[in-house]
Amino acid sequence: MMDAPLSPAAQVAAENDKAVSRRSRLLSLPALFIVFVFGVLPLVLICIYSFLKPYQNGGVVWQFSTDAYLNFLFQRDIFDDTLQFAPDFLIIYGRSIWYALFTTVVCLLLGFPTAYFMATRPPEQRNWWVLLITIPFWSNLLVRTVAIMFIIRDEGLINDMLIYFHVIDKPITMLYTDFAIILGLLYSFLPFMVLPLYSSLEKMDFRLVEAGYDLYASRWQVLRRIIIPLAKPGIVAGSLLVFIPALGAYVPPLILGGGRHLMIGDLIAQQFGSGRNWPLGSAQALILMAAVLVALYFYSRNEAGPVKHG
Amino acid sequence: MADLSKTMDLKRQAGFGTIAVICLIILYAPIIVLMLFSFNSGSQITKFEGLGLSWYASAFQNQEFYSATKNTLIISFTATIFSTIAAVLAAIGTTRVKPWPGMSWAFMIINLPLMVPEIITAVATLSFFALIAGAFGLNFGIGNIIIAHTVFCIPFAYMPIKARLEDMDLTLENAASDLYATPWQAFKRITLPLLMPGIASGTALAFIVSFDDFTITQLVAGPGQTTLPLFIWNQIRKPMTPEINAISTILLMVSILFISVSFLIARSRKT
Repeated sequence: MMDAPLSPAAQVAAENDKAVSRRSRLLSLPALFIVFVFGVLPLVLICIYSFLKPYQNGGVVWQFSTDAYLNFLFQRDIFDDTLQFAPDFLIIYGRSIWYALFTTVVCLLLGFPTAYFMATRPPEQRNWWVLLITIPFWSNLLVRTVAIMFIIRDEGLINDMLIYFHVIDKPITMLYTDFAIILGLLYSFLPFMVLPLYSSLEKMDFRLVEAGYDLYASRWQVLRRIIIPLAKPGIVAGSLLVFIPALGAYVPPLILGGGRHLMIGDLIAQQFGSGRNWPLGSAQALILMAAVLVALYFYSRNEAGPVKHG
Repeated sequence: MADLSKTMDLKRQAGFGTIAVICLIILYAPIIVLMLFSFNSGSQITKFEGLGLSWYASAFQNQEFYSATKNTLIISFTATIFSTIAAVLAAIGTTRVKPWPGMSWAFMIINLPLMVPEIITAVATLSFFALIAGAFGLNFGIGNIIIAHTVFCIPFAYMPIKARLEDMDLTLENAASDLYATPWQAFKRITLPLLMPGIASGTALAFIVSFDDFTITQLVAGPGQTTLPLFIWNQIRKPMTPEINAISTILLMVSILFISVSFLIARSRKT
């Protein structure tokens, strides 16, 4: 800021600028209003719903109750009204976390070499690689998942081919198994891993790699001691971008799990549909949200560190 | 070590190229198989019997497909227009100003739909509209879906527009105001034309996100409000014909077209 006194004309101009700047802020209002009313308030509403009683045809009865949270862990005995530990929901949460973690690890193992390979291509080729990874990222997830279903069904392409070539006589059941869901998750979220990894590897200073080799490091040492540490922001960002949506995934388990191997997303949707227990569904949604916030907290702590996120 | 080919090869890690190709195969094989079988003339979804466009013809004569397309286009066009306008205004209000108190909160609110798992947004929106309908008797029909889509399209439109505004050279805008242009004139004649690539890219993303949405639409949609993704969902629960491949292929082509356009615009602004 200038300390020297301004000429009157400059003062007027500065005042005008300030006024314009202050008025320009108001331009954010429509977007903030829409997201607040139709995005934030509904989240507040399900917080309230989670402390109410369910109405039998869906919806809620406005009576305070902590049943939704109790029901998450316990089941009320119909005869003597005692609470009994019922781990059904906990198992589904545990399974979802396990699926999401496994998917994240496999995405990282496949995604890191891919992103590295992309980042070391000549610039013109890189653009094409990025476009190729970006297309599935934005393509219709439902359609892509249905495409997987067609391939792994009992009468799908893989089984038909194996039978045609007499490798097997009876189709291998792949659809509606854990394998199908994890394959679906992997396939849905792989681009979410590759793109952030690529953006952090692309900016890497390869002179450091060269220096490593000059100092007689092996390829493995260079990878482990130089490249991976430098790509850490991308690894963290990519892992979260895979883990969070995989944890709350809805479409892949819905179509590839066939209702037999539920994940959190389907469980929540079920309470709002055939389960007709909106408070329980709200409570389950909030518990999922809490898990996401914990993940985001670790991310923000990591990002605030000395290594700047690319 | 003086071998030239070896020094040029410093960046190479063995096997990484193979894995990259495997990733592409994982990502594309299902899509390509789906597309190939849409040109199947037989009635099996994964047994090829001959080349033909009969299933496209049958899709275009399908009344349900027609009405689902109509619903989808109404919803995505309206949601795209609303969200892009809100996003352009918000991008200016958060970049062409001195940082104001609460601006980080504004960022968080605008980006909220990106952080919350979609299924949570879906059930929360469903609860919200049910409450409005119950308490005030207000039901906007297909408008409910449009509102829900507008909310989550805003951050997708906002990001490229904000990025463009931040990259833009301020000298031209300053020159305009030095030459006594009113803020509105400066915006209309300088900022807006320079911002166009960002807006185009944001519009394309908002459109594609709305066009493809399944989760939120499925929970919020009432009877008779079938969109294309919902139509596909209804189809796969019945005995399937390659018509579903044809319709899926059309949806994928729309996505691919819009992404490529958005990508090319974004790339052209860098060079």
